[in-house]
Amino acid sequence: MTGGVTQVEGAGGAGLTPWATITGYGTENSYGANVFYTEAQTRNFTLRSTGAAVGIKNRLELSYAHQEFDTGDTGPVLGLRQGYKFKQDIIGAKLRITGDAVYDQDSWVPQIAVGAQYKKASDEGLLTALGAKDDDGIDIYASATKVMLDKNLIVGATLRGTKANQLGLLGFGGDANDDYQIEFEGSVAYMVSRKVVIGADYRTKPNNLSFAEEQDAKAAYIAYFPNKHVSFTAAYADLGDVALQGKQDGLYGSIQLGF
Amino acid sequence: MINLQKIILSAFMGLSLTACQTTYNPSETLYDRLGGDSGVTAIVSGTLDYTLKDDRIAHTFENSNVERVETLLIEQICDLTGGPCEYSGQTMERSHRGLELTSLHFNALVENMQKAMNDNDVDFSSQNDLLAILAPMHRDVVTK
Repeated sequence: MTGGVTQVEGAGGAGLTPWATITGYGTENSYGANVFYTEAQTRNFTLRSTGAAVGIKNRLELSYAHQEFDTGDTGPVLGLRQGYKFKQDIIGAKLRITGDAVYDQDSWVPQIAVGAQYKKASDEGLLTALGAKDDDGIDIYASATKVMLDKNLIVGATLRGTKANQLGLLGFGGDANDDYQIEFEGSVAYMVSRKVVIGADYRTKPNNLSFAEEQDAKAAYIAYFPNKHVSFTAAYADLGDVALQGKQDGLYGSIQLGF
Repeated sequence: MINLQKIILSAFMGLSLTACQTTYNPSETLYDRLGGDSGVTAIVSGTLDYTLKDDRIAHTFENSNVERVETLLIEQICDLTGGPCEYSGQTMERSHRGLELTSLHFNALVENMQKAMNDNDVDFSSQNDLLAILAPMHRDVVTK
């Protein structure tokens, strides 16, 4: 309804977590789509993610993303080569079940969607050596999102069943735990104007690998929407400890193009 | 890197503070914040001006008496925002029956209204307060 509302979800979710909304400016009779590139620089690592999503008749969203986790100079410290990259491909589908986050302003009922993400990581041999049980896995999730126009707020919550280690970059399941865990993801955004949104995300993660404890991820961001077709996000993100290298926090930037 | 982080975090706090300072006199209605009679009239008039030049929805007004639509819309918004009016028109469901409107049409009208509110210097929070009142009409207006 406002540029901000639609485009934040058009990015496939506010940084760390999905929204229940269907990407792009499509309505019940049309299609929407977006492409994005995100890069996060933490103390030791660089995470790059790029991909695209289409929204079909405001009902179904299909998405693809490729992630690279660049170990840079820390690679040799981990017994890997300089600049070794953990990689994964993610194919996602999200189905809107009920509600409309924007139109239903006279009711507390949020928009609700369910989704699945099939993830396939690279280098099974290395992941197995780290203690992971699989190089691929499926996350399933349910999201509820509500735009509260009279408070200029967007709030969202997601429950995710997952076995992924560090989003899947370090494989699925592990020597410490190989069962699906239910994780929580929360998101709050404040619409400052039609062009500026500030917000924060929180995401819990499983702890399946005995060699390195995994922690919750958090991000605080500011997103700028100069028009309906482009947006820029700058954020501070804390991914927690990764691979025994201490707290991995830093800045990330993201650009999205869509319609 | 550290400096950049500080800059971004300060920007956040600055924006949050600005955001929190938007408080209104509790006795002031949304109608007042939209500019009262002259404000609401200018917003509705601007919305219809944009709409009749908008290829996405201009054709849906082909069989409408635009002057009457304008009068009723001013009256309806006045009524819904705490102004001294009583809406005398038909229900939204009745007045849009058979027009086969889609969300694309609905959203186009909302965008035009946002433009008109910007033209009239209505602040963002008051704009959203009005849209929050109008948004649920989607289920009566959009039938296709």
